[in-house]
Amino acid sequence: MEQEKVLEVKNLQKHFKLGRKNIVKAVDDISFDINKGETFGLVGESGCGKSTTGRTIIRLHDATGGQVVFNNENVHGKKSKKDLLKLNRKMQMIFQDPSSSLNPKMTVMDIVAEGIDIHKLAESEADRKARVEELLETVGLNREHATRFPHEFSGGQRQRIGIARALAVEPEFIIADEPISALDVSIQAQVVNLLRGLQRDYGLTFLFIAHDLSMVKYISDRIGVMYFGNMVELAESDELYRNPLHPYTKSLMSAIPLPDPDYERNRTRVAYDPAEHDTSEEPEFREVKKDHWVRCTTEEFEQYKRQLENK
Amino acid sequence: MATNQQKHEPPKELFVPHERKEDTSEKITKPSRSFFQDARRTFFKNKSAVLSIILMIIIIILSIIGPYFNDYKMDGQDLSRAKMPPKVPVIENLPFFGMDGTLTSEFKGDDVEEATQNAVMRYDNNEEFIDIKVLSEGDGSADSAEVSATYNIYEAKEMQDEYFWLGTDQLGRDQWTRIWLGARVSLIIAFVAAAIDLLIGVAYGGISGYYGGRIDDILQRILEILIGIPNLVVIFLLMIILQPGITSIVLALTITGWTGMARIVRGEVLKQKNEEYVLAARTLGQSNGKIIRKHLMPNIAGIIIINTMFTIPNAIFFEAFLSFIGLGIVPPEASLGALVDAGFKVFRLYPYMVFYPAVLISVIMIAFNLIGDGLRDAFDPKMHK
Amino acid sequence: MSKLLEVKDLSVSFNTYSGEVQAVRGIDFDLKKGETLAIVGESGSGKSVTTKAITQLLSKPQGYIKTGEILFEEEDITKYSNKQMQKLRGKDISTVFQDPMTSLNPTMKVGRQIAEGLIKHRKMSKAQARDKTIELLELVGIPQAEKRINQYPHQFSGGMRQRAVVAIALACNPKILIADEPTTALDVTIQAQILELMKEIQREMDSAIIFITHDLGVVANVADRVAVMYAGKIVEIGTADDIFYNPKHPYTWGLLGSMPTLDSDEEELYAIPGSPPDMLNPPEGDAFAPRNRFALEIDTKMEPPMFQVSDTHYAASWLLHEHAPKIDPPESVQRRMQGFASMDDGKDGED
Repeated sequence: MEQEKVLEVKNLQKHFKLGRKNIVKAVDDISFDINKGETFGLVGESGCGKSTTGRTIIRLHDATGGQVVFNNENVHGKKSKKDLLKLNRKMQMIFQDPSSSLNPKMTVMDIVAEGIDIHKLAESEADRKARVEELLETVGLNREHATRFPHEFSGGQRQRIGIARALAVEPEFIIADEPISALDVSIQAQVVNLLRGLQRDYGLTFLFIAHDLSMVKYISDRIGVMYFGNMVELAESDELYRNPLHPYTKSLMSAIPLPDPDYERNRTRVAYDPAEHDTSEEPEFREVKKDHWVRCTTEEFEQYKRQLENK
Repeated sequence: MATNQQKHEPPKELFVPHERKEDTSEKITKPSRSFFQDARRTFFKNKSAVLSIILMIIIIILSIIGPYFNDYKMDGQDLSRAKMPPKVPVIENLPFFGMDGTLTSEFKGDDVEEATQNAVMRYDNNEEFIDIKVLSEGDGSADSAEVSATYNIYEAKEMQDEYFWLGTDQLGRDQWTRIWLGARVSLIIAFVAAAIDLLIGVAYGGISGYYGGRIDDILQRILEILIGIPNLVVIFLLMIILQPGITSIVLALTITGWTGMARIVRGEVLKQKNEEYVLAARTLGQSNGKIIRKHLMPNIAGIIIINTMFTIPNAIFFEAFLSFIGLGIVPPEASLGALVDAGFKVFRLYPYMVFYPAVLISVIMIAFNLIGDGLRDAFDPKMHK
Repeated sequence: MSKLLEVKDLSVSFNTYSGEVQAVRGIDFDLKKGETLAIVGESGSGKSVTTKAITQLLSKPQGYIKTGEILFEEEDITKYSNKQMQKLRGKDISTVFQDPMTSLNPTMKVGRQIAEGLIKHRKMSKAQARDKTIELLELVGIPQAEKRINQYPHQFSGGMRQRAVVAIALACNPKILIADEPTTALDVTIQAQILELMKEIQREMDSAIIFITHDLGVVANVADRVAVMYAGKIVEIGTADDIFYNPKHPYTWGLLGSMPTLDSDEEELYAIPGSPPDMLNPPEGDAFAPRNRFALEIDTKMEPPMFQVSDTHYAASWLLHEHAPKIDPPESVQRRMQGFASMDDGKDGED
């Protein structure tokens, strides 16, 4: 069954200029697709460019090179105001820091209704209020919360207000940029359950960016692993968990602490040394097995193939 | 670790699952308050700031209506009543306040007689209105004797029924009237200068910070040049070209004064525009104008207000400084600085002339600084509890 | 094993504009020589405040110890003067804080920051301190230590910085090392390195560690014993195996259930509903009751005492009372308990 692609990222590049000669290649030539209704996880350590990727996809940054195709339309490049608004309705974002992602001077009502106002989705003041209250209940808050201000809420509640704001414009595709990493464990589960429920009920597509591989594994259908602006491995989440090929993925997996003392006592950590690669050949992103991609040289490619066959 | 299971055995019937009447797990018990309500509450808990506000209101009211409390005019010169010390009804009977219309000073001489003579000479040779108290007899050597002389100038001039609350200056103008008129001029200059600083600074800093890139580069270079020129030089040059007066002082203060505000606003806008709530508004498709109006402005308003509160006392001080060195308000017009300047020249003999305007300048500056501090705390969410 | 540190009925409060915030409300625990005690809890549960009370680093005058004793080698250190406390902090109890960037002085060479404590508290000469500093940096795994001591913190990477902070904390061979979320700001791979480092050092120096974190994975990795805190109280305390494989408190169930395991199937995570209580006016009875789906009527009336589960394991939940109805823990927790049971069998066989 050929799945419908919602988003195609093709050779996306984002470079930041720091000073005259100093260029940081935050995202350097990455490509991936996201299918309708799936959750695509993007993991990597701080500074690997995963957040920049998310922000470039939604046009918060202009891409240095490459293309982002959303519903068969290029996201970047010159666009009319109308097209931009249309795009903004279809693609939304949930942010990382619940303490700064809500305007402290606005009521929850106005925060959630911002998208409704911009896209003129409410017919009347009463309709606007009803919509906001419904959204608040969707994310597990009370309608009485609408008159309150962000600082009165806990981190998890604020994050849910942020989710309600993104949902207000009825998007198809949501980029969740580390939505749980600033939250306490018990609250993380609330938010993850909420996101999964929303996906089920509204058929949403998610790009889930995080550094916590165990949460990403839990929520994602497919996972891309990023390292220094490059995508090093991409596979279905079970496949990636069972057969990590790239040494960086292996190192990342071996470093996750699990809430299981017995496992922890016997865990051996694998360190990743980028010098182990053959640098004489520029590595390329190759499909080792169906839907399992690794950035590797030809030699490594053969080696990974054998590795999988022997399993 | 002790278990205290035995201490109070709970009743058995309570060991049944708790049935929740309503879901209280998401309930917020605190009363709902907006940020500004919180800020106001925090501010009014700050005693020194509230006291300062009250003081400033009194000072502002007095600077409006104070000059009309008596019939003297700002430029009502009358040399016959020059240099009269302060005299206030009722308080004149309380020697402690020194507002009984007398001048008191100590005089030295080789002996008591010479000291007394010095005192009498000093006080218009009106011997009958001078009380002499001997402080030290002296032994004949130079300046060994000391007397304290109290000169009742009102009686000497047969003006027992007149009351100059804060005395008169060298030209016989009533100091009360002049001080409040001076305060009025000083405050007007300060407020107008602060308002212009605010307007230019916020617009300049806001544009520079929000649009960034090339615009920011160019605006920042211009700003650096302006900051690089010593502002005293600019002001001196301006004051030479322009007629001294309120307008020219305001111009002098604002020509470089807004740079501080512009820098602060730019920094704050740069910080706020990358906050996630602004990014969220952008992803929702909000226009630049609305982002500035709805998101940025309310969130930098606090800093702007606080900064303005600190600009005002600076402007007052600068005006006083200019007037003091003779580049500001020129008599017969009065400003607090001009009054201090006039009083300073006769400081040794008539200390009251410099004392009251100087106290008023200090009070105004301290009050504004305390108000600014109070506002800074009030706008800091960490202080809201 | 002897008790190195004993905390008895400790309560810490903060005075704020709107009243007293009861951050810690009567907790008891002890720390034995050479062991690692992990304190877990959500933000605002009082875990950090507890250690700040031990080292008397509470922000004064708002924060103060309301009741209780803290016995360090059988001496009540809450009565110590500032000077005595400074000495204790420099020598016997050191702290590693969360953010390696702010816990180092950016304008001072790293070597000097480490040597400072050595010269001050261990009365070393400059040359001795230099040698010891290099030794310490090597111990925490910083290569080319001789070159590194002359560098500034910004020349170190995040992981290296945290290593340097650990080196500072270790400079005086402390008897207790308090680690206040030392790896929260770090990436997982760096976190794993630092955790390994701390365990290795503990083995070598035989220090006791109080490890504060909200990450149960990290707890499982480092802890010998675990104290779970909620709303200023310890709700469950026991060995790591007790807590992870035989949890008794519904809050611990919630914490464990809300973490997915890498091999978990498609099921809803067991989340704790709601938000932590406002410690300005903590609820009557059990503070966890409003978020507890197993709450009993009594939870709303009376605070549960500590019930003893085993020699090492205590929990404060009315569910452990003899009158309480029998309740099955959530499925994911049950699976853990089964794992524990089978593990026990294995051990018995070996003995």
